[in-house]
Formats: sequence, structure tokens, C-alpha cells
Amino acid sequence: MSEKVLMKGNEAIAEAAIRAGCRHYFGYPITPQTELAAYMAKQMPKIDGVFLQAESEISAINMVYGVASAGKRVMTSSSSPGVSLKQEGISYIAGSDLPALIVNVERGGPGLGGIQPSQADYFQATKGGGHGDYHLIVLTPASVQEMADLTALAFDLADKYRMPAMLLADGTIGQMMEPVELPAESGCTVEKPWAVTGTKMAREHNIVNSLYLVPEELEKTNFERFERYKAIEENEVRYEEFMMDDAEVCVVAFGIAARVSKNAVVAARKEGIKAGLIRPITVWPFPKKAVAKAAAQVKGFVSVELSMGQMIEDVKLACDCRVPVSLCNRAGGMIPSPDEVLAAIKNMQGGNA
Amino acid sequence: MVVFEKPKSLTDAELHYCPGCTHGIIHRLVAEAIDATGVEGRAVGVAPVGCAVMAYNYFACDMVEAAHGRAPAVATGLKRAMPENIIFTYQGDGDLASIGMCETVHAAARNENITVIFVNNAIYGMTGGQMAPTSLPGQVTQTSPYGRDVKVAGYPVRVSEMLAALDGPEFIARVAVNNVKNVRNAKKIIQKAFENQIEGKGFSLVEVVSSCPTNWGMTPAKALEWVEEKMIPYYPLGVYKDKSAEEAAK
Amino acid sequence: MAKVTFKTDICKGCGLCVEACPKHILGISQTKINKKGHYPAEMLEPDACIGCASCAMMCPDCVITVER
Repeated sequence: MSEKVLMKGNEAIAEAAIRAGCRHYFGYPITPQTELAAYMAKQMPKIDGVFLQAESEISAINMVYGVASAGKRVMTSSSSPGVSLKQEGISYIAGSDLPALIVNVERGGPGLGGIQPSQADYFQATKGGGHGDYHLIVLTPASVQEMADLTALAFDLADKYRMPAMLLADGTIGQMMEPVELPAESGCTVEKPWAVTGTKMAREHNIVNSLYLVPEELEKTNFERFERYKAIEENEVRYEEFMMDDAEVCVVAFGIAARVSKNAVVAARKEGIKAGLIRPITVWPFPKKAVAKAAAQVKGFVSVELSMGQMIEDVKLACDCRVPVSLCNRAGGMIPSPDEVLAAIKNMQGGNA
Repeated sequence: MVVFEKPKSLTDAELHYCPGCTHGIIHRLVAEAIDATGVEGRAVGVAPVGCAVMAYNYFACDMVEAAHGRAPAVATGLKRAMPENIIFTYQGDGDLASIGMCETVHAAARNENITVIFVNNAIYGMTGGQMAPTSLPGQVTQTSPYGRDVKVAGYPVRVSEMLAALDGPEFIARVAVNNVKNVRNAKKIIQKAFENQIEGKGFSLVEVVSSCPTNWGMTPAKALEWVEEKMIPYYPLGVYKDKSAEEAAK
Repeated sequence: MAKVTFKTDICKGCGLCVEACPKHILGISQTKINKKGHYPAEMLEPDACIGCASCAMMCPDCVITVER
């Protein structure tokens, strides 16, 4: 086991990306992901990597598209308003079946919003964001350790399934310092015969493209892509269950909201309330089966979110509205307190959903 | 002896362009430059959105289709990932000078070591003839049906002059393809824009003054006359910046 | 002895080669229609061709091969 180091969440992402073999980073300044770009600016030149501050978020994501086309591991990072700007490029990357990592260290919105933590980009991350039918693999770290671990995993999954992955973090985890055991050096193990590396006059030309003017052909690419998405929904769902064995009230929360919720679950247990927690680690694919299974056992769910209630829709869909689902939320950069979550748990336990 | 034939780095795909569209000539000149410099095996082209969107079917080298205006950013990514490869973009006036102006200016300012072929025919062709950033004052288009009124729609952008004012770029030139003499010169200049990249000199952009017979509502021959009479006076041909030549002359 | 060959099937009959020819020996066919539905360009006086390749330089569709 390697040594633990004390790091900020944003820096842990950067170091983990480098260790995962990412040598190309493009970004545009925005709070609260600043430390990530600064770390890359410092480290990349030392390891013959590329750090480039782009002229805009739009340019940054299109530089990512270029490197991804060449078959190399590449990433960009931003925060909510910047990620909105990247959506066009993300749609093209998805439509061209390219692997890449996009990090969103979320802040409050809409508009310019604020610079405090938020989870209000859940819909954007999990339901598309850009135009057309596509998904991102969306991973939600709840600790600095997971900032590192899920970054490495995101690169692997993106390569494996030939699609963009997103690390959906929030300003709290980004700024938080915790001890972290950094992942080992790794890299891409997948062949990329589709990459545009030059024909070397030895093969037909490769074309990276998302344009299909014949509707039958475009439909076919959509259906094929969704076959892959089906395999991901089967094989790549990740979540943590906490005190769920005998739970009567199930809290569903990810990221910083899950850490608060865990405290609330423990507090509820101390008061004799059988509470438990499902913490989605992937929010796309969403842990539907785990929630459906819990629905057979619990009185109700409490969706705890730093938004006006976005994930709650997935919880309701997953439990098929068999039991009530309530929302415990703060927005605009505010975080629910353990007491607020505890009150919501008690409410659900008492049947007042 | 064959003295003129189709260049090897064009595929056998038939061009979808309208009869007399000079995109075909410019495609051929780019392919001739790729052949002449022997870089087909390591060339990667970036196609735009616009009439030339399907350029990826016509060039025999590896190709990427970029979002509208983003080709210089995509090319930046490609070049940074593969410095030994030869990266070029092929873009129209709407793509490069309107929606992609930011990407263009900053790639030039960085002296990104790529080759940019900029086709200026003063109109949006693919979408049916709307006013472009380079449409001339008074020019009638679908979205300037009474002629481009500069009081309302502003003035055309002279891209080569503007970019030449930057410290960054290595080479900026404007050529035309409206007659044999100009085509021969365009061929030389486009080849130079590739050689600059091969020699590691940096950002080279060739603006090619071109025609759009269909959307200008003219015969192909008449459109080339219009290039000579209207376009070239507003967009004078010449080399606007050649950093290496300027330094050598010092 | 100069010779120009037309890939008539892909000619769009735009006439730019006709305009470019310094000897004025090319024309657009008035009788033939190619499979694309265009009246293609054709050589009217092969013996007068000087093989300058001006026609090919102006052809947008790489229809013309020139030999000398």
C-alpha cells in the first residue's frame, strides 16, 4: 500500500489523471476548479505533457476532441457555466464515439450563479446536456480519495466504451483537503484502430465524424450506440449501501450530500430510527436496481440534493412510485445540514412524506 | 507523358459541389500540395461545417469533421497530440470568419503550427445563400435582400489583413482561383503553407477568394468575372505576412 | 503531340475549361448527356491542342488529364 498524501480534491484529480497516462489538458479559468488547471500547468511541462489554456471553454473542448481523435487520453475541467459552453463539443465527442474526460466541479446556478458548491447540473450531466441522443458515464466522487480513484476509472471506462466520461464533483470536494492514496501509474490498454494518426499509406483513411445525411444510417448509429449504453447499464453501475440491511427509510444522496446524509443516518439510528443510505457513485448509469430492491423494503426514500430536486426524478422512476419519495434540498451554494436531513428522515419515518 | 492528372491524395469520390464551384479547384490544389510535399501518410485534415463539410470523403488522408467554426481548435488538439503529423483545416467564410473567428485569431496568435485553407466566397452556400461576414457592401443575399446595408449589417471582415496585424502567425496570404494565372499562383502559395508547417515555422493561412455561382445567381464563368471585378478590389491578393522572409531580409 | 482526355461521366458541364482554353477548341456538347444529366465538355479540334493544361487547371472536378 502506497503512502497517503494530503491533497485538495481538485489537485487529486489532476495527479490521478497524470498517473492514468493523460498527457493532454485543455481548460479555461473558472472557480472553483482553479487548482486543477494550476496543477496541470505546473506538472505537464515536466513530463513532456501538454497544458494549454484555451481562449474559451468552447475551444478547450474542441482541442479535447482533436486529441481524442488522435487516440490519446485527454481531459478538460471546468465549473457549471463553463460546462454549459462545452456542451456542443461534448455532443460531437459522443456523436463521434470518442473517449475523453470532462470534469465539472459544480457551482450554483443558473446563469453566472455563484461560486459555492452545487449539484444542480445533474440533469445536464445525466440527461444529455447537449443536443441529440447520447449519454456520458457520470461518476460522482464523495471524497478526495474518490476524486483520484474515479478519475482513473473514468479514463478506463471512456476508453473501454469509446465515449466521453464526466467526473461530476462539487466545489466542496474540489476545495477540501484530505489524505489520499494516489492510484498507481496506468494507461490505455485498448486498441484504437479508428484513431486519425495518419494512414502511413498503409490503410484506408480514417474519418472521425458525426454527420450522417442518410436518416437510415444516422438511426443505425444511434441504435448501435444505445446497445453499448445497455451494456454499460448492465455492467458499470456503481453505488455504496450504508446501513441498508434493515432500513425502513432510505436516503439517496451522492457527493457532498452523501457525506452529510451519512451523519444523519447515524444520528437517526441513535434515535432508534432504522435509516439507511444508497449513495450512487455512477449517476449515469443510475443504480436503478438497488433503489428498486430497497423500494420493496422501505417506507420511503429521501432524496438529498444540492439542487431544487433533480436526482429525485431518477429515484422515483427507479422505485416506480411504489413508496413515497421526499426531497431534502438546499440550493444556490448552500448545503443541507445533518439536522435538516435527520428531520427529513423522521418525517418519512412518521409517514409524512 | 502525363502533364496533368488528378492528384493522388484525392479519393475517387465524386465531388458533390455545384457545377463550376471553385471548391473543387481548391481541393485539388490542397491535394497537389500534399502530394508535392509527400506528407499524405502523416496528414490529418479537419473539415468544416458548410459546403465543404464532406471534404472528409474527398481527401485520402485521415480526416476529422469539426463543429462549425471549431476546426482551428480541433487542429490544435491534433497537432499538440501528434507534432510529427501534418495538420490542416479547410474552412469557409462563415465557419472561419464568423462563428469561428475566436478560434482562428487565437490559433494564429499562438502561431499554432498548422495550415489553414480559408475559402472566401462571400456567402453561406450550404444553407442557401445567406449574408456572410465577407459579403460585400451592397451584395444581395437571402438575408440581405436589399443589398448589404453597412449601417445595419456592418462591414465585411478582411481576415488576412486583420490576422497579419498579429505578432503570432508565420504566414498569411490571399490568393484567388478565378483564372489560370491566379490558380497557378494559388498552387505555389498553398504548397508554401504546407512547407512552413513541415519546417516547423508555424501558423500559415491562405485565404482563397472563390466563387459561388449558384447562390450568386450567375453562370460559373460570370461568377469568376465577378470575382475579378468586385471581390479582388475589396480583397486584394498578395502575401500579407511572411515572418521568415521578413526576418531574413533584416 | 498534345492530348486531353475527359472523364465525361463526372463532368458537370460548367464550362470553365471552355473559357480557359487559349486556343478556343473546347466546347460543351449539344448532343450528349452524361449519366449525371449534364452536357459534358468535349474537345472540338484535337489537332490544335497545345497541351497547356489551362483547361485542367480550371476544372473543379478533375475531369481532364493532359498528356504531351
